[in-house]
Amino acid sequence: MKTYYSISKRQAFVEGFKDGIPIGLGYFAVAFSLGILARNAHFTPLQGFINSFLNRASAGEYAVYTVVAAGAGFIEMAIMTLVVNARYLLMSTALCQKFDSNTSMIHRILVGFGVTDEIFAITIKRPGLINPFYNYGACAIAVPCWAMGTACGIIAGDLMPSNVVSAVSVALYGMFLACIIPEARKNRVVAILIIISFVLSFIAANASFLTNISSGTKTIILTVVISVFAAITFPHPEVENE
Amino acid sequence: MSKTYIYILVAAVVSTFIRILPVTLFRKPIKNTFVRSFLYYVPYVTLAVMTFPAIIQVTQNKIAGVFALVVGIIAAWFNQSLFRVAAICCAVVFISELVLV
Repeated sequence: MKTYYSISKRQAFVEGFKDGIPIGLGYFAVAFSLGILARNAHFTPLQGFINSFLNRASAGEYAVYTVVAAGAGFIEMAIMTLVVNARYLLMSTALCQKFDSNTSMIHRILVGFGVTDEIFAITIKRPGLINPFYNYGACAIAVPCWAMGTACGIIAGDLMPSNVVSAVSVALYGMFLACIIPEARKNRVVAILIIISFVLSFIAANASFLTNISSGTKTIILTVVISVFAAITFPHPEVENE
Repeated sequence: MSKTYIYILVAAVVSTFIRILPVTLFRKPIKNTFVRSFLYYVPYVTLAVMTFPAIIQVTQNKIAGVFALVVGIIAAWFNQSLFRVAAICCAVVFISELVLV
């Protein structure tokens, strides 16, 4: 038995599952609206389910539906997916530093497979090294909700009242806030960076000369620019490595 | 119809590959201060970028989204759990849209 997990596998799984419930609820709502798009691209509920299960990314799947609807080629599909999902490359790189160096390849692959914006968020929120079973717990509830949501969206179209969709869809952002704000309270640099990120992201979303760039690409560019700036200006003295 | 499955497969392979590559490739702790600092800041910056202005774009009414953002920040500042912050944001939007929409 490996000794680097501070809690048992079962306990970690249960904690992950618990933290995965709000993610799953939010996913269901978002995936539902994605399902409406998939329906327009003539996806069957089963295809929507499989696509969501295998891709696990709202922007990435949005790209699939638009490319298929436009009748574009496979190469274009591959490039599009690479660009809109490139932020996962950054997230996964950030996570690689939080693995115990004894973590086996299979656990690394499975945790990597399960990286989504939200699961990444709750993973970095946990202090210390990554316990893969925490991630598995979160995925066990979040991924089925995501896939089911897409299938239901394809089946049920727009039956869900819009005020419910509207309310539930902010759940994901509430979770993001819960992940970043506590660190901002402890570290003033992080607090300032969050404000800068909000401002620049707002400008990027509204600047008319940037309308051709997808929001996924904007996220990558802003993340790299702001983080490089921060790393040069405020080198982090003791990056946590408990 | 089977063509759709090939599209799904292409997207799945690419999106899985970029997630798995870094965690399997970099197995040793990085020593370089710049890279470590960069990787430390990435999560907070990227999540902040994704939160705003998206939070005011998904709601029917932008003001409801702003309320959710402000109340969500306050709740998170006082270390409320993930689930609580998420639920509070949903409730804020639901209630304020009863009045605003």
